[in-house]
Amino acid sequence: MSASLTTGEQSIALTGPLTALGLGKLWPQAITAASKAHGTPLTLDLTAVTVLDTSGAALILAMETAHGGPVTLTGATPRATALLTQLRTALPPPGTPAPKPTPESAPPLLAGAKIRIEFFGATVLALIGLPRKLRFLRGADFFRIADRAGLQALPLVLMLGFLIGMILAFQSAIPMRQFGADLYVANLVAISLFRELGPLLVAVILAGRTGSAFAAELGTMQVNEEIAALTTMGIDPPTMLVLPRMAAAMLVMPALIVAMDVSGLLGMGSVLMFFGFPASAIVAQITASTGPQDFLLGLFKGMIFAAAVALIGCRAGLTAGNGPRAVGEAATAAVVGGIVATVLLDGLFAVMSYRLGL
Amino acid sequence: MPPIISIRDVSQTFGPRTIFKNVSFDIEPGEVFVILGGSGCGKSTLLKQIIGLLRPTSGHITVAGHSVTDDVEAVRKTIGVMFQSGALFGSMTLLENVALALAVFTDLPAAARNEIARIKLALVGLAGAVDLLPAEVSGGMVKRAAIARALALDPPILLLDEPSAGLDPITSAGLDRLILELRDALGATFVVVTHELPSILAIADRCAMLDAKAEGLIALGPPADLKANATDPMVKAFFNRETPQ
Repeated sequence: MSASLTTGEQSIALTGPLTALGLGKLWPQAITAASKAHGTPLTLDLTAVTVLDTSGAALILAMETAHGGPVTLTGATPRATALLTQLRTALPPPGTPAPKPTPESAPPLLAGAKIRIEFFGATVLALIGLPRKLRFLRGADFFRIADRAGLQALPLVLMLGFLIGMILAFQSAIPMRQFGADLYVANLVAISLFRELGPLLVAVILAGRTGSAFAAELGTMQVNEEIAALTTMGIDPPTMLVLPRMAAAMLVMPALIVAMDVSGLLGMGSVLMFFGFPASAIVAQITASTGPQDFLLGLFKGMIFAAAVALIGCRAGLTAGNGPRAVGEAATAAVVGGIVATVLLDGLFAVMSYRLGL
Repeated sequence: MPPIISIRDVSQTFGPRTIFKNVSFDIEPGEVFVILGGSGCGKSTLLKQIIGLLRPTSGHITVAGHSVTDDVEAVRKTIGVMFQSGALFGSMTLLENVALALAVFTDLPAAARNEIARIKLALVGLAGAVDLLPAEVSGGMVKRAAIARALALDPPILLLDEPSAGLDPITSAGLDRLILELRDALGATFVVVTHELPSILAIADRCAMLDAKAEGLIALGPPADLKANATDPMVKAFFNRETPQ
């Protein structure tokens, strides 16, 4: 039997079980009926109510509120009366202000910049004070981070490098063939990879894999008050947590860039060989068009990108708010911040290398 | 009236380790029943078996006429659980935490769900904190909100895992009073896992004591009786806060 209501002159009779599972249809009808009786005395007849749980009691209280005037209850069992009395006692008077949650909006631009500058300053100070705090560093942590950021990223870097080399070769071969310059695809791809794409793509991978992992790990530590515990133990979190991550990221970055460059060249070479060019000709084009400065510039840029990605990931984690949502937001901020910073720094390098004639 | 929870010859082992064996007792409707014992005696394990999160190695548990082994879904509809840490969803306000089950399992309109959730929170003394996040309230308030969430669908049985753990004596006493008030107002059966002696003496109609060394049940009855008349050295030691002889 489902719950229902019957309206009479200045009375509403409720019937059946008034429980959470059976009130869906009855609730709006009951509220409407009670509001219609506004201004006249109302009697709520509960004689035929078989079960009344707190949801049913909530409906009766909501009907009283919707009616807004004196309501008389009849036919309520002693238990129902006791429950209604308890709820009326527990509820605050209408209009009592309730505290609202702290707004979760992002800090204003200036405050955000201040947090970033403070964090950068703390990291620089940690670096300067490192010789006195070597005991804070844990070798096992460093190697674990380097393994995850470097070795475990290697298959992805190799696969992406090979595919990007192939794609670049295919895409550039078509227009260059019109000028009979197919072989110069090797020059184009090699220069692009060494100077730009190698470090840039690896930095993007690092931001997606490692920057987000740093933010999530440190964000969880922040939420669990582990960072506060480190601070109260006199252990400086930037020294123990940020510097090893930054060092590991900077250390693995050149190796990943080399892997990206080599796999990209192999991808490009496989396409050119498919077009009928001998391997010796491709190698000759690469060696003739690129020099050590191109390769080294790429490695140097990559290490700077890695430092930025690691710093941004750690900053996002260490300044995370409270709760699981904060960890997700920190990871997102790490990836977005890491990629944006990488592109900005790359632009800066482009201007500098143009000015310096590199 | 038949027992609302019936535990018959229940044992639990993990590999070679026996947690308890051949535990049997009944819980009557409307009573506050406390499962107690020292650390590692299997209190929380037994609770997990009653909820159906852990299948007993042997034995049988019936909840509100449904076998936990054969019909765990029906059992879970009759039970509300408060976990030890509260286990509130951190990204939801207290109101949203309580209203979640109402949104999933009922066809109530949103305004009605919120009104009911607000009333449940008022019932546990949190009328002024409905819009706060779990991270923004105290440990005692988290436990109260977790009880309100367990009450969302007015289940006839409430299982509370260590409700007083980590709380100050005043908050803890408030929580004990709340349990008794809810039992009286709702007529629900409360199964409470705890080893807080003041709480046990304040709220329990009956209690079952498990012991790790004995690998099973060593006492069953009203706490005052056990405190006064127990002959088992562990039971005597527990209720009189002594080191067992």
